[in-house]
Amino acid sequence: MSEKVSARSFWIGYQTILIKEVTRIVRIWAQTLIPPVITMTLYFVIFGAIIGRRVGEMGGMPYMEFIVPGLIMLTVITNSYGNVTSSFFGAKFGKHIEELLISPLPPWIILLGYISGAVVRALVVGILVWLVASFFAGFQMHNVWVTLSILVLTSVTFALGGFINGVYAQKFDDISIIPTFVLQPMTYLGGVFFSVTLLPGFWQQVSLANPIVYMVNAFRYGILGVSDVPLWVAYAIITGFGVVLFGVCLSLLQRGVGLRT
Amino acid sequence: MLALEVNHLKKTYKNGVVALKGIDLQVTEGDFFALLGPNGAGKSTLIGIISSLVNASEGETKVFGTSVQKDRSKAMAEIGLVPQEVNFNQFEKPFDIVVNQGGYYGVPRAIARERAEYYLKKLELWDKAFSMSRTLSGGMKRRLLIARAMVHEPRLLILDEPTAGVDIEIRRSIWRFIEEINQAGTTVILTTHYLEEAENLCRNIAIIDHGEIVENTTIKALLSKLDVETFVLDLRQAIETLPVIEGIELVLRDPTTIEASIPKSKSLNRLFRALEEAGIEVSSMRNKVNRLEELFVRLVHADSENVKAGAV
Repeated sequence: MSEKVSARSFWIGYQTILIKEVTRIVRIWAQTLIPPVITMTLYFVIFGAIIGRRVGEMGGMPYMEFIVPGLIMLTVITNSYGNVTSSFFGAKFGKHIEELLISPLPPWIILLGYISGAVVRALVVGILVWLVASFFAGFQMHNVWVTLSILVLTSVTFALGGFINGVYAQKFDDISIIPTFVLQPMTYLGGVFFSVTLLPGFWQQVSLANPIVYMVNAFRYGILGVSDVPLWVAYAIITGFGVVLFGVCLSLLQRGVGLRT
Repeated sequence: MLALEVNHLKKTYKNGVVALKGIDLQVTEGDFFALLGPNGAGKSTLIGIISSLVNASEGETKVFGTSVQKDRSKAMAEIGLVPQEVNFNQFEKPFDIVVNQGGYYGVPRAIARERAEYYLKKLELWDKAFSMSRTLSGGMKRRLLIARAMVHEPRLLILDEPTAGVDIEIRRSIWRFIEEINQAGTTVILTTHYLEEAENLCRNIAIIDHGEIVENTTIKALLSKLDVETFVLDLRQAIETLPVIEGIELVLRDPTTIEASIPKSKSLNRLFRALEEAGIEVSSMRNKVNRLEELFVRLVHADSENVKAGAV
């Protein structure tokens, strides 16, 4: 490697993308950090405090406590996905993605930079929502390592998914189709508000094809110590998805799909 | 050493448009090189391939000996690109735009900050360094593109119409800046529609048309091909008839303006003697069009005719 193209120059490039992403998140905090906190507060008030009282127990615990991990996970998923789609597609739309495309940075550094930015946003918003949840349901932590690792792996996986969406998107409508018609239904049906064991046999099997079920349940295990699915299966599925999506993203960037003519 | 080497470069877009038909081009280190051509000639495609924004269909591009197609990162580290269109984030501050660009090229943040200040000051943008870049005027945005391209101090600077749409004062300040960095050793490739810009700044030139290089030589050698020059003469008094001068073609545009087409072999003294004898007094004189422009039009026109003939 020449002096201008070295591990150090790539590291500086990665840091720069991350700084730029974090600066963007902070600059538009009213769009990135506050809305999810307000939405989740409403969820806790309506589904937890008001309706939850009538529901009673779910999975052997008060309903309010049961929905906390799922709602944090819902926040992490939507924010990591949304951060990459809006930031990457915005850069593509405004053509300033060319600043990166003409630079010496290899595709994997560009990808890591965007994914890291999304993970930072997802974690910050996730922690804010957690703080709100603690106010309603108290703070619980069964296994800190499972909790943190599932949080990071899930945000990485959905950030990668968002990146693919951003690469293929041609107009702003294209970055809202997947979150609205795919991500949201999958998340809501992924065991955020109910235990999948409540479903009839056939639908229980169907729900196990939804990867979000594994993420929510693994995270619920980390916080509350209960899960509808074995932990190792959840890790295998999340990691598997992450690896496949990373490969797809890298291939798209290397071939310049939607970016280079 | 060659700063740029383009070997048999071809580009056919997915819609079937053939933008480049096998171009060969060499630019030596330290050169100030003009790349001219009419709209749609293939200039931007060529620059796109050199800067890796466009994938070549065939052929190879080398920057200081490194193949863009085989070792993109190393080749890109040597290039600074000033694109035709404004392509920075208009919601960021000029200072941040320049510093971040330095980071993408591995320039440590502290050094990138120093350089950003230096180039923004040099390009008279420092007082706007911390304003939102969308509030900059068109000329300021152009200069910001140049500052951004210089932050990693590239050995090859490519400017794609850097002075398009800017006023003459800013254009001149941009010229001075580019000349300065060229004198400091940076190789410069310039595309422009202002042909006097190319004539005044550049040493070598390539003219591209219909995806082919139709001329590749020194500016001096190219201008020497101009065998007839046309001058516009402004007269002190109105006249009705023109004198006849052998070998010089005179046209009366209006009662106080003559256009004189003079072959290089004929002396200008002869024209003035004949006008004096006819009692015609000339108050001022200028080239009808820029000399390079005259040649450019001829070359491009000739190429268009050839293409048409070929098509028949």
